[in-house]
Amino acid sequence: MPYVAPLWPAGHLPRKGGDQLVAHLDARHLRQCHGNRLVAHVDARDLPPRGGDGRQARGGRAKELRLQFLRWLFAILLALTTLPASAQSLENLASLLPEGNFSDRAQTVAAIAATGDPRAVPLLEALAAGDLNVVESTGQIVTLSGRGDPLEATDAITGDSIGEIAKASVERIRVNNSLRRAVRTAIGQLTLMSPDANTRMTAARAMFQAGDPVNVELLDEAIAEEQNPAVLQVMREARAVAILRADAEPADFAEAVDTIAARGDRQALGILQAALSSADADVTPTIEQGIADIQSRLALLDVGQNVWYGVSLGAVLLLAAIGLAITFGVMGVINMAHGEMVMLGAYTTFLVQNFIRASFPDLFDWSLAFALPAAFLVTGLIGVAIERGVIRFLYGRPLETLLATWGLSLIIQQSVRTIFGASNREVGNPGWMSGSFDFYGIAITWNRFFIVIFALIVFAALLLVLKRTALGLQMRAVTQNRRMASSMGIRTPWVDAMTFGLGSGIAGLAGVALSQIDNVSPNLGQGYIIDSFMVVVFGGVGNLWGTLVGALTLGVLNKFLEPYAGAVLAKILLLVFIILFIQKRPRGLFAQKGRAVEA
Amino acid sequence: MRGIRQTLAAAVAGGLLMSAAAAQDGPIKVGVLHSLSGTMAISETTLKDVMLMLIEEQNKKGGLLGRQLEPVVIDIASDWPLAAEKAREMYEVNGVDAVFGCWTSVCRKSVLPVFEELNGLLFYPVQYEGEESQRNVFYTGASPNQQAIPAVDYLMNDEGVERWVLAGTDYVYPQTTNKILEAYLKDKGVAAEDIMINYTPFGHSDWQTIVSDIKAFGSSGKKTAVVSTINGDANVPFYRELGNQGVAAEDIPVVAFSVGEEELAGLDTAPLVGHLAAWNYFMSVDTPENAEFIETWHAFIGDEERVTNDPMEAHYIGFNMWVAAVEKAGSTEADAVIDAIVGVEVPNLTGGTAVMLPNHHVTKPVLIGEIQDDGQFDVVWETEDLVPGDAWSDFLPESAVLEADWTDPVNCGNFNTETETCGGAQAAAN
Repeated sequence: MPYVAPLWPAGHLPRKGGDQLVAHLDARHLRQCHGNRLVAHVDARDLPPRGGDGRQARGGRAKELRLQFLRWLFAILLALTTLPASAQSLENLASLLPEGNFSDRAQTVAAIAATGDPRAVPLLEALAAGDLNVVESTGQIVTLSGRGDPLEATDAITGDSIGEIAKASVERIRVNNSLRRAVRTAIGQLTLMSPDANTRMTAARAMFQAGDPVNVELLDEAIAEEQNPAVLQVMREARAVAILRADAEPADFAEAVDTIAARGDRQALGILQAALSSADADVTPTIEQGIADIQSRLALLDVGQNVWYGVSLGAVLLLAAIGLAITFGVMGVINMAHGEMVMLGAYTTFLVQNFIRASFPDLFDWSLAFALPAAFLVTGLIGVAIERGVIRFLYGRPLETLLATWGLSLIIQQSVRTIFGASNREVGNPGWMSGSFDFYGIAITWNRFFIVIFALIVFAALLLVLKRTALGLQMRAVTQNRRMASSMGIRTPWVDAMTFGLGSGIAGLAGVALSQIDNVSPNLGQGYIIDSFMVVVFGGVGNLWGTLVGALTLGVLNKFLEPYAGAVLAKILLLVFIILFIQKRPRGLFAQKGRAVEA
Repeated sequence: MRGIRQTLAAAVAGGLLMSAAAAQDGPIKVGVLHSLSGTMAISETTLKDVMLMLIEEQNKKGGLLGRQLEPVVIDIASDWPLAAEKAREMYEVNGVDAVFGCWTSVCRKSVLPVFEELNGLLFYPVQYEGEESQRNVFYTGASPNQQAIPAVDYLMNDEGVERWVLAGTDYVYPQTTNKILEAYLKDKGVAAEDIMINYTPFGHSDWQTIVSDIKAFGSSGKKTAVVSTINGDANVPFYRELGNQGVAAEDIPVVAFSVGEEELAGLDTAPLVGHLAAWNYFMSVDTPENAEFIETWHAFIGDEERVTNDPMEAHYIGFNMWVAAVEKAGSTEADAVIDAIVGVEVPNLTGGTAVMLPNHHVTKPVLIGEIQDDGQFDVVWETEDLVPGDAWSDFLPESAVLEADWTDPVNCGNFNTETETCGGAQAAAN
């Protein structure tokens, strides 16, 4: 139901819930009450002229509040700045937030930033997080905490508790992306002088993103006082963007071009390309030079980026395939249920995480460390059970093994679907596996990075087990010559069971890792079984090194093809390549030498 | 041997006769044709449950025409030739009067000939690519003009987007939708170099290259958005990669046509706040009808955590329309229902009414929602009025001249308004 407000004269702003005129704001008034550092850029006449066509919010849910954080920020800011005069206008402006449509609210946000009131920062942060509510009867802006109904309400400006309030009597102030952008810029303006370097950095980045010419003055002031070189650099870049978009002096303009060209990333490229159209003839060559420099740098980066993407895809393939390299490669069992072992590993991670979340929430960041042994044990034991229950009766009959394990995979999938439901299960990324870091201009995501490390560790550990332990020795003996090994007193059935258990356990470990990048659903394993067989066959059956080289080769090849051929065609080309390769070298990259013995 | 065969033939004949007789006074059978295993089980199992709930509720109200409703649930196991077989089985063995089912377009296309041949009724509850209208099928999900076009309009007008990435899974729905969108964008004056189209295989899980391509495409200085027709399962790794590579919704918003509450259930949505979805229903919509529906659903399924989504509402609308049409016709017979159902009005869950149009599509509101950190959507924009579903897109030259109208005198699924001829049922299926 659209809310229609009456028209009112310019400069007179209404308050929600009545036609009483409470604010007599004009530009002069704003300048009088703003802080001694910030310049008011917004004339009150720019404020929402009417609250007409905005769609009023429907429903909405209570949010988990970050009150602790807000209070802390609030206290620091209050202690460091003294701006008593702005109290009046912040309250009035805040009461306008529920009014109008999103672009009206964005203007209100800009006006709030112009007050320079330190209490505006937590208010705006709560707004961006969607935590602000308006009490319908009084027009008071509150934040809510707790669960259920009624909720604890806190005045969003003063931070005073105002007791319990029924959900139905408040309406949430809605935000959308454009409003969040306005808030980001506003918080940037307000915190550019913050004593905390990290806050200033965030503020400077927000200024860079906004690139609004009105911020030049503010940035000049901040640059004059800035001590931290990293923050200073971003502030200079932010100022340069603002200059490029304004009608600046030619000298300033040329300097700004240099600053941006020195930044040298994709964003800089975009900014320069945009600047090219509005530039004077005498600076055009400089800009063109800058664009060319960035482009050649980016071309080099692209190669590095593709290599990294290829390695990280290869690591995922390696993890998925390495268990199969044992069961298929070493034992010769065509194990179609391998993917389901991966899936069970992922579900084990889900269960472990759920248990930790419920019982030891502090340990959540370590949940994967607990999930690893659990997944290894669970899938390893299931693997032993499968070997003892089904596969041992089928050695030497590859077709029957294939059918039996395929049937098993369907049974396992459907059981999981029955127990856990068909929909995806949420496995959280621990904090240290979220986000990315910058490596010479290549954005490397932490989860992929750790998976590469983890894949290499698993590979090395497996190699150790095979080469340095008694079990490994027996495994190799049995696969090379079962009869001879048996004659030497090795219990070949036991070795078979252990080998299959080891392969399945490693698939379970892969499941833990894959739960961090893929869906945890009953279909998880299906997506990897074909790729796993591809890697093992390509790398050479029975050779772990072959699996490593095979996985990385296929990963890198895929990622170099993808930008040119597209994801669909790249996969097809890869399959064609493998088929041709197998024609030439039927035993794969690293064919096992000597007398391979069929069981 | 011969004796057995004769007995069998007699039994089958007898069975058919009996089922014909039973149809007059026994329960009315309602077919539920969804995948309960295989790839699509993730989405379709819920739809089976909601159908069972709707049938149970209708029986509590005294059934239909004084008879009880009886669900016939058959699993099509995400196997499309099997779906056609099972659809036939529903009619020939189980004697159903109407079928609610399918999710993917390929499923619908596979069962279509069966419904045509046996003159059945299929209610199809999922948003799809359009370019189709069949006499025996009722499309209760959105057509492109009820989802894709308004979403693009929102991004263009409210977010000022000038550069577009159309990313989809490589199959018929994304390809047709993107074809329509591309034509629409070019119509609006977007240059070809400002449109990037990208397809990925089903279940794609390594999104590094594509997300970094999107970042590169979006850093040209023009506001960029991604229109995603990426299918269900591949979305989780896609959104994870977006979050991890730091693509924020404020900078490059992603509007998705296949991501609903159910898909977000497997995801930590905190990094995704602000990304968009366009649907005709959101669980968060605050109306008395929706509150009652959610309450009934939670009571039926016995789990307060389960979400509701758009295709569930489509089944709710479709089922109620069928019930209303059967009551209006006084019969469950297909021809009578097909005649009676056009013009039937039932309430939808978002506070309006859905009307069955002569082209067998329904009117729907279009809502744009932003993902919230609790896995729900917050409506940021909606159409003023209900949008009538358009079977044939007006933005593709070959289909702009076509209209579907299953009432007299036209009675055609692809009537060419220029030549004033009916293209025939077969052409419509392509």
